[in-house]
Amino acid sequence: MTLEEWMPVFALMISLVASVGIFALPETGYVRRTSVNLGAAVLKLVVVIVMVWGVFHGVNYGVSFTMLPGVTFVLRADALSMMFAGLSAVLWLLTTIYAVGYLEDSPNRRRFFGFFSLCVASTMGIALAGNLFTFFLFYEILTLSTYPLVVHRGTEKALRAGRTYLIYTLTGGAVLLLAIAWLHSLVGDLSFRDGGHLVDADPDIHRSLILIFILLVAGLGVKAALFPLHGWLPQAMVAPAPVSALLHAVAVVKAGAFGIVRVVYDVYGVEASSDLGLLAPLSWLAAFTILYASTRAIWQVDLKRRLAFSTISQVSYIILGIALAGPLAAVGGLVHLLHQGIMKITLFFCAGNYAETLGIHRIDEMDGAGQRMPGTSLAFTIGAFGMIGAPPLAGFITKWVMGSGALAVNMDWVILVLVGSSLLNAVYFLPIIHRLWFRKGKETWPEERTWGRLETSPWLLWPPLLTAMMVVVSGVFASSQFSPLAWAELIVLREISE
Amino acid sequence: MTLWLMAGLLFTPLAWAVLTLLTDFVWGRRVTWVGILVQVLVSLGLWLTVAQHGGFYYDLGGWGAPLGIELRVDGLAVTFVLLTAAVASACGLHAGVYIDQHKPWHRYFWPLFWFLWSGLNAVWLGGDLFNLYVGLELISLSAVGLVALGGNANALRASIRYLLAALLGSLAYLLGVALIYGQFGTLSIAGVVAWLDNHSAPAGPGLALALMITGLALKTALFPLHRWLPPAHGIAKSPVSALLSALVVKASFYIAARLWLAFGESLGSLAAAQMVGLLGGAAVVWGSWLACKQAQLKQVVAYSSVAQIGYLFLLFPLTYSVSESVSLQAQQGITLQVISHALAKAAMFLAAGNLILSVGSSRIDALAGVSRFLPFSLFSFGLAGVSLMSLPPSGGFAAKWLLLQASLGSGQWWWALVLLAGGLLSAAYLFRIYRASFAENPETDQFFHPSKSLEIIPMVLAVMALGLGFVSEQVLSVMALPFAEEGAP
Repeated sequence: MTLEEWMPVFALMISLVASVGIFALPETGYVRRTSVNLGAAVLKLVVVIVMVWGVFHGVNYGVSFTMLPGVTFVLRADALSMMFAGLSAVLWLLTTIYAVGYLEDSPNRRRFFGFFSLCVASTMGIALAGNLFTFFLFYEILTLSTYPLVVHRGTEKALRAGRTYLIYTLTGGAVLLLAIAWLHSLVGDLSFRDGGHLVDADPDIHRSLILIFILLVAGLGVKAALFPLHGWLPQAMVAPAPVSALLHAVAVVKAGAFGIVRVVYDVYGVEASSDLGLLAPLSWLAAFTILYASTRAIWQVDLKRRLAFSTISQVSYIILGIALAGPLAAVGGLVHLLHQGIMKITLFFCAGNYAETLGIHRIDEMDGAGQRMPGTSLAFTIGAFGMIGAPPLAGFITKWVMGSGALAVNMDWVILVLVGSSLLNAVYFLPIIHRLWFRKGKETWPEERTWGRLETSPWLLWPPLLTAMMVVVSGVFASSQFSPLAWAELIVLREISE
Repeated sequence: MTLWLMAGLLFTPLAWAVLTLLTDFVWGRRVTWVGILVQVLVSLGLWLTVAQHGGFYYDLGGWGAPLGIELRVDGLAVTFVLLTAAVASACGLHAGVYIDQHKPWHRYFWPLFWFLWSGLNAVWLGGDLFNLYVGLELISLSAVGLVALGGNANALRASIRYLLAALLGSLAYLLGVALIYGQFGTLSIAGVVAWLDNHSAPAGPGLALALMITGLALKTALFPLHRWLPPAHGIAKSPVSALLSALVVKASFYIAARLWLAFGESLGSLAAAQMVGLLGGAAVVWGSWLACKQAQLKQVVAYSSVAQIGYLFLLFPLTYSVSESVSLQAQQGITLQVISHALAKAAMFLAAGNLILSVGSSRIDALAGVSRFLPFSLFSFGLAGVSLMSLPPSGGFAAKWLLLQASLGSGQWWWALVLLAGGLLSAAYLFRIYRASFAENPETDQFFHPSKSLEIIPMVLAVMALGLGFVSEQVLSVMALPFAEEGAP
């Protein structure tokens, strides 16, 4: 095997081996476990950066073998893969740092970090999967490896949330499997390809293709939390903060959105999907989800639940951008894959900090927390303004590009959705920011822990500050060569040049 | 060379059985260690021979068809001989540590174990109906004895029930054999097939086939003939349950499948094929539903076998008057299902045994906190569960994929729904157990730690079941080894 064949295998195996290593170490091997974990995360980041560089210069990384009669297992890196893989690698490192601080002194850390690494390994597999079969493989492993994380606390509430999570995701998985198997029996083993495969599909199978598309979107929509399949997400909030952060920013919901992007672009092809009349309904569904979830968020009093509804709304931006079927709108959707990731993970890190340091869970307890925890609150504020879409932050770039893209394909109604969503975001985020900075707090916090002169443990403080910085940087330097926006443009350019 | 291999597969296990019958438990264990080594080597030798020279017919002791001992050594038989070597070795090694050597009747485990192994090989290699019957009886009787080793009244009750079911199944099978002999004057499967190729099928043998398959379905515990299985598998010692679920029920299914693939096209009918498939589908749903209702850990695993056996019978509709490629897909899928279920279920019973040993109770709700105290065995249980839920990358998933392709490819989409529903239902009963193990119950912090070797064996089996998906192509290539028809009677 050549190096080009080995690289995707490396990228996948690093987290997997880390996971096995963590399970093999004893529960009390605290230092060794953390070193293995952080070492693997850094190593993986390096591998991914090398691959990003390679893909940018046109290197073809890929490996495949026959797994079953008629089915191949394909790992392959294209520009879209590397966007997801890069997000996963960066956030794995930061989330691991955060989780080490967050779970200090709590039981079952071996189990937690083991499954955490497994979960990251499966997102890597999802990113690098070269056909639907391989994608499905990792998609289901992701479901299984996140379950122990969701129920980590072992409380009645956590177990119930885990049950809901499974009912949704496993059923979604079954629907997805049916769709993939059906598609396979109609047209054979389709590897992902820029421009898709089904433009010249036999008209006799058009009806089947439409049905399969609906099943695919339904199966993937569960994880992407598309209305009405979003019910599991707010419940899964009971998981520890690093898990919520990972679930919302990169792992689960993104896997669903990423899958929809793959189906539309690399299996059906934008042209075929829109000829079959599939994209317009998808865009309506996404737009409705955006507005619906933002509205629901306003009435949530629990901070993490409000953030959860915000996620449901924000992930649909990605789907909306894809479904508009114009290149510029697609850039807007794809870039949001990264932007939403860094903004949402910032917010969840901060929510975790408030809970862990001050015992704050509800929004009405947050009065005056800005003075007590200025660093965390600054990061939170940046994340929230990013979500609202204030210039020059990352969220603004998304909305601007997507808006222009919608106008370019004469879908003016999308502007209303974007504006409406920004207003709703402001309605549910600004009161929090007001409470943080402008209200006077009570004398005592629900459960305060102190770290000397620091506002909280440095393990907990630095990750949100770093991600908040990324939110600023990827907004301000959006037009530079290595910004998320530039990468999203590269993806779309390669897709449509086929 | 071939003679030695055949003797090594069929008669050496009998020799181990006699040897262990004469000794106490500890010496029986030592003999078994040697025996396992020998049997594994002989099984590998068979594989190498067939891989080099192709499959063949073999008349044992020169007694050929129509009434002699005819062996059919083909890729499928080799696959199952190897599977038996893997699973039985694991169970044998596990039992040596797990079974309490101080109870005097436990020493009979070893001879029964070896009789069982010999019978299994006889079934995999058997080429004529009567010798298949002999192998089947050897299996059933030793399996009943193994269940009875439990030693208490419940175990005896379960084993008597098992015995009655097995005998009834054998009778039905034997009646069918007699009818076939009356019609065709031969007991060789290949001989009957050759006759059918040259003549139009008469009406009578259809009944014979139905009788044989019904008898075998009873022995395989196909719904609604499954009632004997859960008590027997649930109450037996864990290594015994593992052997029974992994291999014993597969033997009778294997014969049924061989008969159907040989005679089904000429003697069967569409209605019969769909009917058997329907019963299989009902078994999947009903078995899983009952598994959800059980309070005892091993009962869940036992009812799960009822459900998983249901999948196997989808072979009948998916190979009846369909295109060759669909039929091949179905056969490959079912073979993978048998292998992955054997590995996963053995792993699961052995791991369940460890968990029960550890918490000192066989109830599911007693598992609270076990994820902290016995993570390794729980993990083995979980990995085996992935295969039973037929989620990727397990062998169970590979099997499900092939069966999905076969059912969609032949337009029998309703079996696809059965397959998907079955996966979800199995998740429902398995996650009940994981859920219980994740719960925290501060009251019970008294846990017993089983020895390392008890924990490692189920893990090895579970990893094999899980990894099977990645090497399915290679595993299936054993089944597709070429077969030289020239020796056909």
